[in-house]
Amino acid sequence: MTFRGPAPDAVIVGAGMLGAAVAYFAAAAGMSVIVVERGSIASGTTSRCEGNLLLSDKEVGPELELAHYSQYVWRGELAEHADLWEFEAKGGLVAAASEAQRAGLDALAEHQRSLGIRAEPVEGPAALREIEPAIAPHLLGGVYYPEDAQVQPVLAAHHLLRLARERGAEVRTHLPVTGIRIVGGRAVGVNTPDGAIDAGAVVVCAGPWSGDVARLAGVDLPIRPRRGFVLVTEPIPVTIRHKVYSAEYVENVASSDSGLQVSPVVEGTPSGTVLIGSSRERVGFDAGFSAEAVGRIASAAARLFPVLADVQVMRTYSGFRPYSPDHLPVIGEDARMPGLWHAAGHEGAGIGLSVGTGRLLVQAMRHATPDVSLLPFRPHRFADADAA
Amino acid sequence: MPDRTRSDYDLCVVGAGPAGLNATVTAGERGLRVALVDVGVQPGGQYWRHPDERFPDTLPQPSATRRHGWREYRDLDARLDALVRGGRVVHLAGRHVWGVHPGRPFLVRATAAGEDADPVVVHARRIVLATGAYDRQLPVPGWTTPGVMAAGGVQALLAGHHVRAGRRVVVAGTGPFLLSVAAGLAEAGAEVVAVCEANALTGWAAHPLRTLQEPGKLVEGAGYVTTLLRHRVPFRTRTVITAVHGTGRVTGATLRRVDRRGRARAGSEERVDADLVALGWGFIPQLELAVGVGAATRVDVDGSLVAVVDDDQRSSVSGVYLAGEVTGVGGAVQSGAEGALAGLTAAADAGRADDPRLRARLRRRIARAHRFAVAMHRASSVPVDWPTWLADDTLVCRCEEVDTGTVRAAVRDLAADDPRDVRVTARPGMGMCQGRMCGFALSCLVSVETAVTPAAADLASLATRPLATPVRLAELAEMADGEEG
Repeated sequence: MTFRGPAPDAVIVGAGMLGAAVAYFAAAAGMSVIVVERGSIASGTTSRCEGNLLLSDKEVGPELELAHYSQYVWRGELAEHADLWEFEAKGGLVAAASEAQRAGLDALAEHQRSLGIRAEPVEGPAALREIEPAIAPHLLGGVYYPEDAQVQPVLAAHHLLRLARERGAEVRTHLPVTGIRIVGGRAVGVNTPDGAIDAGAVVVCAGPWSGDVARLAGVDLPIRPRRGFVLVTEPIPVTIRHKVYSAEYVENVASSDSGLQVSPVVEGTPSGTVLIGSSRERVGFDAGFSAEAVGRIASAAARLFPVLADVQVMRTYSGFRPYSPDHLPVIGEDARMPGLWHAAGHEGAGIGLSVGTGRLLVQAMRHATPDVSLLPFRPHRFADADAA
Repeated sequence: MPDRTRSDYDLCVVGAGPAGLNATVTAGERGLRVALVDVGVQPGGQYWRHPDERFPDTLPQPSATRRHGWREYRDLDARLDALVRGGRVVHLAGRHVWGVHPGRPFLVRATAAGEDADPVVVHARRIVLATGAYDRQLPVPGWTTPGVMAAGGVQALLAGHHVRAGRRVVVAGTGPFLLSVAAGLAEAGAEVVAVCEANALTGWAAHPLRTLQEPGKLVEGAGYVTTLLRHRVPFRTRTVITAVHGTGRVTGATLRRVDRRGRARAGSEERVDADLVALGWGFIPQLELAVGVGAATRVDVDGSLVAVVDDDQRSSVSGVYLAGEVTGVGGAVQSGAEGALAGLTAAADAGRADDPRLRARLRRRIARAHRFAVAMHRASSVPVDWPTWLADDTLVCRCEEVDTGTVRAAVRDLAADDPRDVRVTARPGMGMCQGRMCGFALSCLVSVETAVTPAAADLASLATRPLATPVRLAELAEMADGEEG
C-alpha cells in the first residue's frame, strides 16, 4: 500500500481547472487533500480551451450568479496571484448583424445590468469600430462588457495546485482511479493501481469524463462531451483588442442541439496570436479533424474580421466541453451517495466558474452556508426530473 | 472561387524525394493514375536537391562525393517525365500538403508553397506518404548566433545553390552525415577546422559484416574519408561543441571531450576559431501527416517517433502506404526501395498485376539497408546526458524564446511532468514551427529533469499537428463550402 498515515479529508479525482480550484480552497481552509489525476496536470479540457472569464454570454439565472461570484473571487481573494496566470481584463464585445439580434442583445444587457453587471450599449457601426477598428462594416452595433476577462488556464491550474501543495495538499499524476470505495452506502475513498486511498470525501472533478467516474460509484451523472475546435494564427501586430463574438454565440451556447453549430469568437492574445472559435457538436470523444467545423469557423471569423482572411493559421486543436443537459454544472454532495461530491459539467465556462465553484463547494463540505445557493446545481436534479 | 479539386486519382503520393519518386513511377508504370504532390519546384527532395533546372548554367558538375545516385535520379526523372507526358501522372509541384482527410476515401489538401502554384485538393483512393525527414537540432549555449547551422542546411546550400556557408568551419554532432557535409565543404574550398564526432565510432568497426553487406554505403564512406584525408581535416571522436562564441556573428566554439553518456570531461576545454558551426545530430521523420491519418507509431532505435509498416509498406490504416524516412531514418537507398515497394503494393492492391520477383528483390534491399541503418544508429546515438551542456539561459525554443531555465522551472516548481505538459505550461514549441525544431530537444530535457523516458504516446502527442504547415484563414474557409461534394 502506497498511502500511509491518517486518511485525508478529501480525495479529488482530476487535476484540471476544477480539481485545482477545489484543492486550493480546501487546502486554504485547512483540509487535507490528495488530488489523483490519470494524466498530467491540466491534460484534459483545461489545456484545450481559451480561459474565458465571461459574464457577457450568460443568460440571467443561476449560472450568471455563479459567474458574477467567480469574478469576485478572481479579482478579490486571488488578485495577488493574477500575474501568475496572466489575468487580463480585456473586455468583451458582442456584435449584432441584424436589428433582431440587436434587440435581443439589448434586452439581455438590460437584465444583466439590473444584477449589477456592466453591459454598455454600443450604438451603431461607427461606435463599434471605435472599440474594434478592424471589425466588419456590416455589423450594426452591440454591447460591450468591460468586466469580461481571460486567464491562461494551464498556468492557473498548475499554480493553484502549487499553492495547494504548499499548504499540504498532495498531487498524484499518471494515476487513474479504477474504483470508488463504498462502505455502508457511503463513498469512503478510491482505488488506484497503486492501492486504495481512503478519505472523508470523494470529489469528482473529471470534466467531460465525470460521468464515467461517477458510474464507478453506481451513480448516473449525465455529463457528456461537446466537441469544439480552436484555430490559432501566426503572431501578428495588435489587430483585435477585445474578445469579440457575434450575437448568435449566445444562442449557440444555450442550445442543446447535438449537430454542428458554429459562431465566430475572435480574440488577440499577449503573444500576438489570434484565437478563433467556436464550434459545438456532440460526437462523443472523437478527437479527429473536422474539415466542416474548421472551415465554417474560418469562414465566420473572416466575415467578422475581413482582415484575418490572409493571416496564416498555424495550429488547430479540439477539446471536449463537459456538457450537461440543462447547461448548469453539478456542484455539491450527491444525495444518492453520501460522501460523493461533484464539481463538473460547466461546459464552455469552466475556467471562469472554477474558482467560485471551488470556494462554494468547500464551504458546503465544511458545513457552512455557501455564499451562493448551490441548490440549482444539485447533482441529483436529473434523477428528480426523471422521477417527476 | 477557382475549382481547385483534382478528382479520381488511384493514388496520391506526397513527397518527391527518393521514396516518393520511386513510388510514383512504379505505380504509374503499372497503370495507376497518380497525383504526385511535392513542396519542391522540381523533383528530388532533400537528397537530390539541385539548382533550378530552368537555369542550366548553374547545374552541378556531379562530383564523386556529393552526387550519389545522380544517375538514378536522372533515370527516375525521365520516367516521371514520360508518365506525365502520357497523362498517367500529374506532378503538382510547389504545393505543401497540410492535411490528408477522409473523403471518398481520401482528400489531400495542399497549400501553395511558392508564387507559381495554387492550392489544390486531390481526391484519391490510395495514399503514399513519403514526407522524408528534417535536421534534428540540439541547442547549446550560443546556438542562436548567426553562423550556426544545421548540417542538413549547410548541405542544402551547397547542393541547391552552390553556396559555401562559411570559410572556416567546425562540423560537429554524430553520424556519417558529418563526413558528407565536411567533405562537401572542403571540396568547395572551406577550411574545415575539425569534424567532432560525439561517439567513439567503435560501433561501425564492431559491425563490419553489416557494413560490407551494404557496399554502396562503404564506397560512399570511403569517398568522404579520402576527401577528408586529402584536405587534412582533423577527425575527433568523443568530442562535442559545448558552446558557440560570438555576438552578432560566430567567431569560434568550445570543444569538449565527453564520456559515453555525453558528460564533459574536466579540463578538456579547447577553443577553436571559426565563422561557421555545422551541427548534425541526425534526422527527424516528418510524421504529422502519418499521425494525422491515425497510422500506428513506435519509437525507433534512434529515439525518433516513426510510423509502423508491414512487409509491403502498408500502414495500419487501410489504403495508406508509407515509404522512406517516415518508417525510420535509413538513407536514400532504403527510401528508394521502400518507395518502389509501396508503389508496387498500391498497384497490386488496386488490382494490377504483381511482380513477385521485384517484390522479393526490394524486400531484400530494404532488409539489408535497414540492418546497416540500425548499426549506424546504435553507433551514432545522441548522448543521453547532452542536456547537461545547457545553461539556464540557453534558448530551447527560438520561436517563443523559451530558455532552459524556464523549462526546468516548469518541471520543478509547477510539477509539469511530461513534454506536452511543459509545452502548454511554458510555451516551448508553441510558435511558428510548432515544435518541429525543439520537440526532440524538449523531450530529452524533460526526460532528464523528470527521470522518465518519453513513451511513444508522449512523442506522438508532440508530433500531432492537424495543420502540417500554416494555411491562410481564407483557404481554410473554402472547406466550409462543401468542396467534398
